[in-house]
Amino acid sequence: MKSILLYLHVHQPYRLRHYTIFDAGVNHDYFDADWESNENNHKILMKVAEKSYLPTNEVLLKLLQKYPQFKLSLSMSGLLLEQLEKWAPDVLASFQALTGTGRVELVSETYHHSLAFFYSRSEFETQVNMHREIIKRLFNQEPSVFRNTELAYNNDLAAWAQGAGFKAVLAEGWHQMLGWRSPNYVYTPIGAPGIKLLLKNYQLSDDIAFRFGNSSWEEWPLTASKFVHWLNQDQSSTNFNLFMDYETFGEHQWRESGIFDFLKFLPKEWLKTSGHHFMTVSEAVDKIKSVGEVDSPGTVTWADTERDLSAWLGNSMQQQAAEALYNLEMPLLTLNDWSLIEDWRKLQTSDHFYYMCIKWFNDGDIHAYFSPYDSPYEAYLNFMNAFHDLKSRLMDKGVLV
Amino acid sequence: MKVLMLGWELPPHNSGGLGVACYQLCEALAKNEVDIEFILPYQADHNISFMKVTAARPKGVLEILSSGIAYDSYKYVYVDGHSDYKDIYTQSRLYEHAVSDMAASMSFDIIHAHDWLTFRAALKVKAERGCPLIVHLHSVESDRAAGQLGNPLVREIEELAVLAADSVIAVSELTKRAIVRDYGINPDKIEVVYNSIDRNMLAPISTDNTYRYLTQLKRNGYKVVSNVGRLTLQKGLTNLLHAAKMVVERMPRTIFLVVGSGEQYFELIRLSADLGIGENVVFAGFQRGKPWRDSFAVSDLFVMPSVSEPFGLTPLEAGFYGVPSIISKQSGVAEVLANCLKVDFWDVNEMANKIVGMLNSDAMRRTMSAALESELPHLSWEKPTSQVKQLYERQLKGVYA
Repeated sequence: MKSILLYLHVHQPYRLRHYTIFDAGVNHDYFDADWESNENNHKILMKVAEKSYLPTNEVLLKLLQKYPQFKLSLSMSGLLLEQLEKWAPDVLASFQALTGTGRVELVSETYHHSLAFFYSRSEFETQVNMHREIIKRLFNQEPSVFRNTELAYNNDLAAWAQGAGFKAVLAEGWHQMLGWRSPNYVYTPIGAPGIKLLLKNYQLSDDIAFRFGNSSWEEWPLTASKFVHWLNQDQSSTNFNLFMDYETFGEHQWRESGIFDFLKFLPKEWLKTSGHHFMTVSEAVDKIKSVGEVDSPGTVTWADTERDLSAWLGNSMQQQAAEALYNLEMPLLTLNDWSLIEDWRKLQTSDHFYYMCIKWFNDGDIHAYFSPYDSPYEAYLNFMNAFHDLKSRLMDKGVLV
Repeated sequence: MKVLMLGWELPPHNSGGLGVACYQLCEALAKNEVDIEFILPYQADHNISFMKVTAARPKGVLEILSSGIAYDSYKYVYVDGHSDYKDIYTQSRLYEHAVSDMAASMSFDIIHAHDWLTFRAALKVKAERGCPLIVHLHSVESDRAAGQLGNPLVREIEELAVLAADSVIAVSELTKRAIVRDYGINPDKIEVVYNSIDRNMLAPISTDNTYRYLTQLKRNGYKVVSNVGRLTLQKGLTNLLHAAKMVVERMPRTIFLVVGSGEQYFELIRLSADLGIGENVVFAGFQRGKPWRDSFAVSDLFVMPSVSEPFGLTPLEAGFYGVPSIISKQSGVAEVLANCLKVDFWDVNEMANKIVGMLNSDAMRRTMSAALESELPHLSWEKPTSQVKQLYERQLKGVYA
């Protein structure tokens, strides 16, 4: 018995508008860019909905209707769901139609797509609970598997997830953590024997998410039958964990690349062989036995060649910005003013820190593709100006910071 | 390969970047087995061993003394003992005839002339000798006139030169576009060769800073923002002062250090008083050597707000001295330098926003300086030198690029 675990992550941050030091203390609308500007969140959401969410959901729904064996798992950040509710209820309905089939499982995460786990455990738990509530309200599901933002994982997170009642955690199947072992099995985290670990097969996942449309890649063009042929070569594995950004379909890989056809034909090709299945993440946890323990004292993520947190917290601008932001936790929560707390949480979204990464800036690469800024320095300046405003609002309310 | 190089200045008698660029390019070419004879319009001891430097001395003239700055008039001392001063056009004409006389008894394969003051001489020698001519534009007249037409006599010379030359070198894409726009020549005839900076040319900073007052202020929490360059329209300093006013209103402990001389000197002094920031703007006059270096050493931030800057070496020099920069997008260096902030020269609000942001964040200035340190070595003379040498070789083969 062999299964594909298809897991897609859907998220949109609230991008900051161009916000200057002269706005700080005066205008508090950092997330409200003009309609004409490229940072307008409403406009970006509509664009991504049109290019990716609507056409992908249409394909997925058809597949669910056509193949009773087809299943998948999704995680959707609270910030995305909030934006869909506000600006694109039809898109939200198309996601609800997927979960309505009973074969789409939703995965737990932080509402604000933050790295709060590494700064404040109580803030982190608040955000996980907020996410649980919005999933319950909009989809009537109670997630039992957890994924941390950017798949950031270590032994502490596993221990936390066990304590919080989850039955598994998703993480990157990074070879430095696995050694000679393959990600195509189910594991148990060291120190958390009550839960399981599902690890992304980054080779296969990235073939789809990153390399699919690259015509200079030696395997280009990649078809569903070729992909399934690769999986068929592997006789012993139990599960192929294909974890990727949902926006792979239609946004990172454009329609013209053939990505939708790939998705459309994947179930057909895979299910040709008997004993082949699709499973949701919790189903895999229930049905597949763990083959061993995995130890991850250091933090592993799904980004860059380092697979660590350095894309978000690697340079001193990022570290200082994050520390400054989390230092506001106590005064903000003491004040208990919801509007301030919400802005503070939106600033915690990992994307803001990703934009400040200078690692590959000189070569101009994938970071640049995902950033609305001309440079990481501009990203940092803009973020800090919004931070200054938040601080000034706290001071206006008589809170010393 | 023997090159007759025509230039108007060399360090230490240079007024700015032109002399530095000529010196460093020639030094790098000489290392690549190019034999150079460099003819200057004045006499001086340059202490240069990698090429022959000669003064173009018209008949009957005993010596020509530079008064310190290339665009000032030179003192002509005649054989019969009398002396006088010549304006810049006359000097250019005298240079033309003197170079033509000298060239008659010289052997060389190619003429390489830098900026309009040498172009009459270059055209005359080309007409007499028929060898290939490369004209190298470090700026065009419309740059120097900050977007206006400029001096028609100068435009006439530039136009003739770019038309008659076998090949044209522009120091940036910006300059190339200006040449095509102003003189309508075929863009294929123009090759972009970026300037660079040789770290070895920059003497180290000593601990005792010349700007004692500024050092003292810094101990009291002041920050220093500097600009080094000629005080001319092209350099956009009035915008910097308007931005300075906004910065000082927010951060009264900020000093703007303006190093350089030029026709806008009095206007800028007057403007800073009119804006009420006289106390915060320090004019240091034209400097070279230690006081020049110390102006970088004392700075927290360098700003190059040029209206039109064909290349702009100063941000690279600042970078080598560990100072991060904000540079105008209307500069050639903005095409190659990644680790800096870029701003439109007219956008005073944004300039102020960025200055405040940079001054407020030690983390950002530190991160940017460190990133600059690894970026700058990639902007060495190596690539420009091989481009120029290949251009010589193509010309000598009689094949156009």
